[in-house]
Amino acid sequence: MNLIKLTSVAAMPLALASLAALVTPTLHAAPVPDDAAGIIKTAKGSVTIERAGRKSAGAEGAIVQASDRIITGADGSAGIALRDETRMALGPNTTLAMEHFAFNTTTHEGRLDASVRRGTLAVISGKIAKQSPTAVKFSTPSTVLGVRGTEFVIDVEGDGE
Amino acid sequence: MIGPLIFIACLAAAIAQHNAAPRERITLLPGADGKPGAVVVATAKGETVLDQPYRSAQVGGNAAVTMVTEPESAVRQRYAPVLAALPKAAAVFTVYFETNTEDLVPESAARFAQIRDELARRPAPEVIVIGHTDRVDTTAYNDALSLKRAERVKQLLVEAGIAADSIAVAGRGEREPAVHTTDGQAEVRNRRVEIRVR
Repeated sequence: MNLIKLTSVAAMPLALASLAALVTPTLHAAPVPDDAAGIIKTAKGSVTIERAGRKSAGAEGAIVQASDRIITGADGSAGIALRDETRMALGPNTTLAMEHFAFNTTTHEGRLDASVRRGTLAVISGKIAKQSPTAVKFSTPSTVLGVRGTEFVIDVEGDGE
Repeated sequence: MIGPLIFIACLAAAIAQHNAAPRERITLLPGADGKPGAVVVATAKGETVLDQPYRSAQVGGNAAVTMVTEPESAVRQRYAPVLAALPKAAAVFTVYFETNTEDLVPESAARFAQIRDELARRPAPEVIVIGHTDRVDTTAYNDALSLKRAERVKQLLVEAGIAADSIAVAGRGEREPAVHTTDGQAEVRNRRVEIRVR
């Protein structure tokens, strides 16, 4: 089930945009490709995705990859759902760096590493943490958090990067 | 001689000031399922476990950790903007199968209209169809059967008007029974497919 690879990840936002433009009686949803980490569910104000040095708008429906940075401005906030149903929200002036994501839909084994450089991040842990709690790590400039299946908020003051 | 003393006094004051406001704060919230969770906070100075709701580990400039418990209202107010941005939990619809078949029990078919409605309500919606089996037969057989059941439900969703390329399928085999049984036991409540709209 995890063998399907999308040939062009870059084409995804385009594909989503054209899907949204279609007006048909058929209901469309957008599954996240098996090689991606998740999807932006809600975006308010300034939300930017940085991928390999390139910036794009973090709009509703944008795919989040396993090594993206998501950055919100002073008026920004964003809600992200990962494939294992980890749910996250970035408050204003926040930088979240995704570092690693893997999830097997049959066994629920996987790994999630992410770090908060500045700002606020709310997290509701998902299926990876339920299957193997030591496989989920969030870090901040001075801490590493081990998640034991739960809901929490990370708050990092200052300018960060 | 007075210069260095003033400098030291200022430095001490600056450090005290710096430490007064936490630079980082990790706050545990109660889980939506009511189960107590926990977060292990590791710093250069050691590990601390957060396992009470609305308790925070506050990390100062010197990496020292202070534990603080606050009223729920203070935490909810401080983090209102970020908590409001959390995506909704998945809506879960479950349909059941006759033994060793891909045929739904009749009452399960009625769920499809509700699934369409839920899908239309959500931002950037996803549909994930996950098959499960009971513990009759082997793990490998059940992995294949659970995936076949999920594919069958995907077909039904397509017939109900949901685009085929927008549905992801997975098979969990017998790993996640709704009801625990001994191996080899037939159990209708475990022969099911979850349709998760998120």
